[in-house]
Amino acid sequence: MEMLQSFFLSITGMSVESFFQHLSNGISLGSLYALIAIGYTMVYGILRLINFAHGDIFMISIYSVFYGVAVFAIPWPVAVVLSIVITVFLGISIEKTAYRPLRNSSKISILISAIGVSFFLQNLATVVFGGRPKAYPVPEFFSRIYNFSGISITSVTFFIPIMTIFFLFVLLNFINHTKTGMAMRAVSRDYEASRLMAIDVDFIIMLTFGIGSALAAIGGIMWGLKYPQISPFMGVIPGLKCFIAAVIGGIGNIKGAVLGGFMLGIGEILIVAFLPSMTGYRDAFAFVLLILILLVKPQGLLGENVSEKV
Amino acid sequence: MTYICFWKNDYKEEKDMKKMYRVFVLVLALMISMAGCVQKVEESQVSDAQDTSESDVIKIGVFQPLTGANAAGGEMELEGTKLANEMFPEVLGKKIELVIVDNKSDRVEAGNAVARLVERDKVTAVIGSWGSGFSMAAGETLKNAGIPAVAPSATNPLVTLDNDYYFRVCFIDTFQGKVLAQLAFEELGAKKVAIIQEVNNDYSVGLAQFFSNEFKDLTSDDGSIVEVANYNTGDQDFTAQLTNIKAKNPDVIFAPGNFTESALIMKQAKELGIDVPFLGGDTWETPEFIEVGQDAVEGAMLTTFFATEVPLNDLSKEFIEKYREKFNREPSAVAALGFDAYLVIREAIERAGDPNDTAKIKDEIAKTNNFQGATGSITLDENGDAIKDVIIKTVENRNFVYKTTVKHD
Amino acid sequence: MKNRQDMLYRVFFIGLLFLSLFYLQKTMDSYAVRIINLCGIYIILALGLNLINGFTGLFSLGHAGFMAIGAYTSAILTMPENVKVVNFFMKPMNGFLVEANAPFVVALVIAMIVSGLIALLIGIPALRLRDDYLAIATLGFSEIIRVVFTNTYSVTNGALGLKMIPTFTNIWWSWGSAVLVILFMFSFSKSSFGRAVKAIREDEVAAEAMGIDLFKTKLLAFVIGSAFAGLGGALLGNLIGTIDPALFRFTLTFNILLIVVIGGMGSISGSVIAAVIVTVMMEALRFLDESVKIGGYIIEGIPGLRMVVFSLILMIVVIFYSEGLMGKKELSIDSLKEFGKSVKARKIHHRAQQKDVKKNA
Repeated sequence: MEMLQSFFLSITGMSVESFFQHLSNGISLGSLYALIAIGYTMVYGILRLINFAHGDIFMISIYSVFYGVAVFAIPWPVAVVLSIVITVFLGISIEKTAYRPLRNSSKISILISAIGVSFFLQNLATVVFGGRPKAYPVPEFFSRIYNFSGISITSVTFFIPIMTIFFLFVLLNFINHTKTGMAMRAVSRDYEASRLMAIDVDFIIMLTFGIGSALAAIGGIMWGLKYPQISPFMGVIPGLKCFIAAVIGGIGNIKGAVLGGFMLGIGEILIVAFLPSMTGYRDAFAFVLLILILLVKPQGLLGENVSEKV
Repeated sequence: MTYICFWKNDYKEEKDMKKMYRVFVLVLALMISMAGCVQKVEESQVSDAQDTSESDVIKIGVFQPLTGANAAGGEMELEGTKLANEMFPEVLGKKIELVIVDNKSDRVEAGNAVARLVERDKVTAVIGSWGSGFSMAAGETLKNAGIPAVAPSATNPLVTLDNDYYFRVCFIDTFQGKVLAQLAFEELGAKKVAIIQEVNNDYSVGLAQFFSNEFKDLTSDDGSIVEVANYNTGDQDFTAQLTNIKAKNPDVIFAPGNFTESALIMKQAKELGIDVPFLGGDTWETPEFIEVGQDAVEGAMLTTFFATEVPLNDLSKEFIEKYREKFNREPSAVAALGFDAYLVIREAIERAGDPNDTAKIKDEIAKTNNFQGATGSITLDENGDAIKDVIIKTVENRNFVYKTTVKHD
Repeated sequence: MKNRQDMLYRVFFIGLLFLSLFYLQKTMDSYAVRIINLCGIYIILALGLNLINGFTGLFSLGHAGFMAIGAYTSAILTMPENVKVVNFFMKPMNGFLVEANAPFVVALVIAMIVSGLIALLIGIPALRLRDDYLAIATLGFSEIIRVVFTNTYSVTNGALGLKMIPTFTNIWWSWGSAVLVILFMFSFSKSSFGRAVKAIREDEVAAEAMGIDLFKTKLLAFVIGSAFAGLGGALLGNLIGTIDPALFRFTLTFNILLIVVIGGMGSISGSVIAAVIVTVMMEALRFLDESVKIGGYIIEGIPGLRMVVFSLILMIVVIFYSEGLMGKKELSIDSLKEFGKSVKARKIHHRAQQKDVKKNA
C-alpha cells in the first residue's frame, strides 16, 4: 500500500490523497457544468441556436434565490421553487421576444440577438442589483464537512452529482418514453417534417426553453451553494464553458452534454493540480479543448455525423 | 391604361427613392443634431468652466470604479469623499462641487473619465481612484494637463513614481508587504508560507512580491515561500490550488487579492480541511468579506489604514460619528481615506490662495506635513507618498477588530 | 469623362473632410479630439469586421484578439527602451523586445502584418467550420490570445499592462488610416475578389460551383479583416497610452459588432456612419450613468444604464431593422447623383401633376 502511494507520488508529484481530493472537486464542478450544458444542448438541438443568454439566465436564478431569502425573508425551499418558476418564465419570454421573430432570418441575426439579450441581462442586473458582489444564502445542511482518510468533502459535493444524475435520468426518460419527448426528438431531427406531422412546433420549442431554463436554475441554485458569491457577470464564463462542454460531448445530445460537463470540470481541476504554473491558462483550457474537438471530431464525442446536402 | 402603367413604374421607383431619401435625411439630421448637441453641451460646459473663475464654485473631480468588478471599493471611497464635502463644503469663500465620474473598473474608461474631468468639467484637482491600475491609466493625462490628483488608497508605487502631479494619502505596498512579512515571521512564528495571488491584478502581484522578498530575508531561506499559486479575477473555484498548497504544509497562507475572491478562498480552504492562519492586505476590509466568508474568515489577519477603535485625533472621532449617523454602519478604511484625500486638497487650495493656479495647488499638496486627517497624521514624502502607520486587524466574531499598529520607519 | 468627374468629386470630399478635421483639431478641446480620434479608429475596426461578417458572411467573434495583437505589437515597437524597463518591474522583458524599436508608421504596418499572420494561422483550421461553430471557435481564439497575453510577463508584462506608450495617434493618423481603409474597401467591393466574397455570402454552394475557391477566398477576407483589426488596435493603444489584456475582452468585439449591425452588414458607408454615431453616443449617453441637472432638479443616474440602452438598441435593430441603416447599399457619388436626379424628376412630375389637376379642374 505504502509502496503504491510513493510510486504514485514519484510519478505525479502528488500524493494519492491529494489526487482523490482533486478528483472529488472535479466531479463536483463537472456536475454543475453538466446540468447547465444540458440546457444549451437542448436548445441547439432544436433551433440550431447558441443561446448566449443561457449563462445569464443562470445568473438571474441565483439572484432570485438571494433576493427571496436575504431581502424578502422567504424560507429557502420556497425561494428555490420561486426562483425556478421565475427563470422558466424568463427563458420562455426571451424565446418569444428575441428569437421567435428571427426564426426565418439568417443564423447570424439570431446569434446577434442572443448576444444582445445576454449583454442586456448582464447590464440590467448591474443596474438593478448593483455591481457589488453579494453573499448567497447557504443553509446549514449544505455546509457540513465530512472527512474520509484525509480527504475533505462538503455535503454539497455529494449533493450536486446526485442531483445531476437524478435529473439526467428523469429527462432521458421523458425524452425517450413519452409522446412529447418523441415530438421533441422529431423537431430536432427535422423541423419542417415535424410541422407537417401536425406537431405544435411552437409549443415544443417553448417547452424546450422551459426545461433548459429550469435545469439552468437548478444548476444555478447549486452553484451558489458551492460558490456563495454572486455578481451580475458571474454567468459569462460558466455559460461559455458549459456551451463548450455541450459541443465536446456532441451538441444536441443530452448524454453528451453531461459527459462534456464532467470532462471539462475534472479536466480544469486536474490541469491546475498537475501544472500549477499554468493556472493562469485555466479558462483557456476549455477553449483549447473546444478547438481540438471542432477540428478532430466536430460532431462531438457522442454526436452523429451530419453532412450538408447539396 | 397606359397612364396607370406609367404611374405604377413611377411609384416603384419613387418608393426606392423615398427609402434612400428617408435614410439620407435621417442620417443627415442625426449628424446635424449630434453636432448641435455636442456644441450645446460644449457651450454649456465652457460657460460653466468660465464661470468657475468668477463664480462661487470650485470643482473637484472624482473618478472611481462605480460599476464592474471593483464597484465595492469605489463606492466606499466615494462615501468618505462625499461626507467630507458635506462637512467642509467651502474653501476660500467658495463652494466646492464634486464632479463624479465612473471608470467602470476599466483602464480605458479611467483614461476617458479623467480626460473628461480635465477638459470638459475643468476641475481644479482630482480624487481617485480605488485600484492602482486605474490611477496609473489616468496619470499621464493628469500630468500633461497640470491637474494634481490624490489617490486615497492606491498602494502600488508606480502610481506616484515619476509623476509630480499624483499623490496618495496611504502607505505604499513596499512598506505594506514588509509589515505583513514581519507579522508572519514574528507574530505568527511562520517558517513556511504559501502565497495565493490574483495573477492579473498588479496590486496583488506587487504586494506578493514585496512580501516574498522580505520574508525570504527574514528567514534567510529562499525556500521559505513553499508555494506560489495563481488565480484570475473572477475565478470561483480555488480547490485545485488549495489542495496543492495543503500538500506543502505551510504555516501561514498569504492571500493578497481582492476580498471578492479571498473570502471564497478561505471558505474552500476550510472545506478542504486546511487549518492555518490567513494573512491579507488592505483590500479585504469590506462587509462582503465577512458575509461571504462567514466562519471561514474567523481569525484572519489583515493590514489596513484605519481603525475605529483607535481614533487618532478629534477629526477622526468626528468622522466616525458623522459616518455612523449618515450611513448607519461602521466606516471602512478606504472611506476614511477618501475623506482625507478631499481634505488634503482643500487644505492645499486654501494655502495656495488661488483656486485656478493648479501648479501652485500641486506644490502645496506636496508640502502637506502633519496634516490631521481621519486616518491620522499625514505627511507626504518626496514621491508624494504618505508616511503612515499600518494598522493590523483581525476578524473576531464576524467583525473586523483592531489588533495593533505598526509604526512607519 | 464621367470617371474623371467622379474622381474630382471624391478628391473634393476627402479634402473637405480633412479641412474640417484640421479645423476641429485646432478649435476643440482634447476631450473632443480624443472622441474624434476614437471615431476614426472605430471606423477602421468596423470595416474590418464588416469585411469578414458582412461581406463574406462568415461569423467571426475574434476581433478583439487581433486588436490586442496589433496594440501590443505597436506599443512594444514604439515605446523607448527606458520606458520599457520601468514598465517591466515585475519580470524583466525579453531582451530582443526591449531593443526592438521602429518609427510609428513602420510599427503600424508591422502590427497589421503580425495580426494578419496570426489570423492566417487561426483561419486555416477555423474556417473549415460553419456559422455558429466558427463564431465560438473565433471567440475561443480571441480568449486564448487574451489569456496568453495575461500570462506571458516577459513579453507583454502580463496583467500589469503597459503604460506610458507614446501617444502618437492624432487626427491625421487615425482618420488618414480610416480614409485609406475606406478607399480600399470601395475598390475591393468592386473588384472581382469583392464579388467572389459576396457570392460566397449569398450562396456558398453555388459560388463553389462557379469555380470560386471557397477556402482561399474566405481565408483572404479573414486575414485582411483581421489585419485591419490589428491596425485599429495599434492606433487605439497609441491613443490611450496604456493597455492591458483586460481591455480586449469580448465586450470590445460586441461593441464593434453593434456598429456593424446598426450600419448594415455589407455596407461600407453604413459602417462609417454607424461608427461615428455609436462612438459619439457612447460618450454622450454618459449622463445616463451619472446625475443630470435638468432645470433645478438632479436626476440620479444609475451606473450601467448606458450599456443597458445599448444592448436594447442592438436587439431592436436586429429584430426590426435587420438591414441596419444602409442595408447593403452604399452612399456613393453615383447614388448622390441619382438622388439629385430623382429629386429633379419628382419635381417635374409633381409640377406636371399639378398642371393636370389644374387642367381638369
